[in-house]
Amino acid sequence: MSPVFYLVAALTLGGALTAVVLKNTVHCALALTAAFAGLALLFLGLDAQFAGFAQILVYIGAVAILVVFAILLTRGSETPQGSVYSRYSISGLVAAAAVFAVLGWAVLQSAHMLPNEQAVPMADVHDIGVALMGRYVLPLEILAVLLTAATIGAVIVALHEKEDAK
Amino acid sequence: MTPLTAHLLVAALLFAIGLAGALTRRNAILVLIGIELMLNAANLNFIAFWRYSPHPEALTGMMFAIFSIAVAAAEAAVGLGLVIAIHRQLHTTDLDHMNRMKG
Repeated sequence: MSPVFYLVAALTLGGALTAVVLKNTVHCALALTAAFAGLALLFLGLDAQFAGFAQILVYIGAVAILVVFAILLTRGSETPQGSVYSRYSISGLVAAAAVFAVLGWAVLQSAHMLPNEQAVPMADVHDIGVALMGRYVLPLEILAVLLTAATIGAVIVALHEKEDAK
Repeated sequence: MTPLTAHLLVAALLFAIGLAGALTRRNAILVLIGIELMLNAANLNFIAFWRYSPHPEALTGMMFAIFSIAVAAAEAAVGLGLVIAIHRQLHTTDLDHMNRMKG
């Protein structure tokens, strides 16, 4: 593995770890953005240019901004007093460690069976567009409906209700 | 270690970090951040398997990752809308205080 991979993986994992341990929620959102950027770089390193740039546009451009908006709208920008972890944090940590142990064991046990093709796949935007408009057109349409429904649903859920309307 | 194994291990660690965040934090927004990290770890698996598969020209893993990104964006919008609505009702985003289902 190249040193670039280790650097990018360290950026991703460090950003993710910082995002879940910091006290101040705004700092968590910033660290989350770093993790998303590292993931986009990992995608680019895997020759998935379209997915990498989609990751930047969707996650850094939209999801991170949404998270920051939600933090500021819920006045979560002040550093909370006392513990930021829930009462069941020990069992949560144990569950996460167990999941990682099982996943890592499974990956390492099956390492010799995994495919390892070294040829760089050709997947430019043209191929992806043809596939989206051809074989995957039905999922694409369903996804368009889902995104519309989710946007309308999010607006309705977060819509401000007047006090006297209740 | 082959490149695919390395990527799968990174994805597994990212998933575990996201799961730990979702299970241990009190703030609902931080729980959503943890869920986003887990979805991203799954995407990394899809892309890595697509890259090192014998038939990458079928674009299966790539398509799965692209659709998964879109579904995750929809999930983030609805989830954060729910957090804002709950904050308006209960004036808190602390999950330990959200213990009733009546509005």
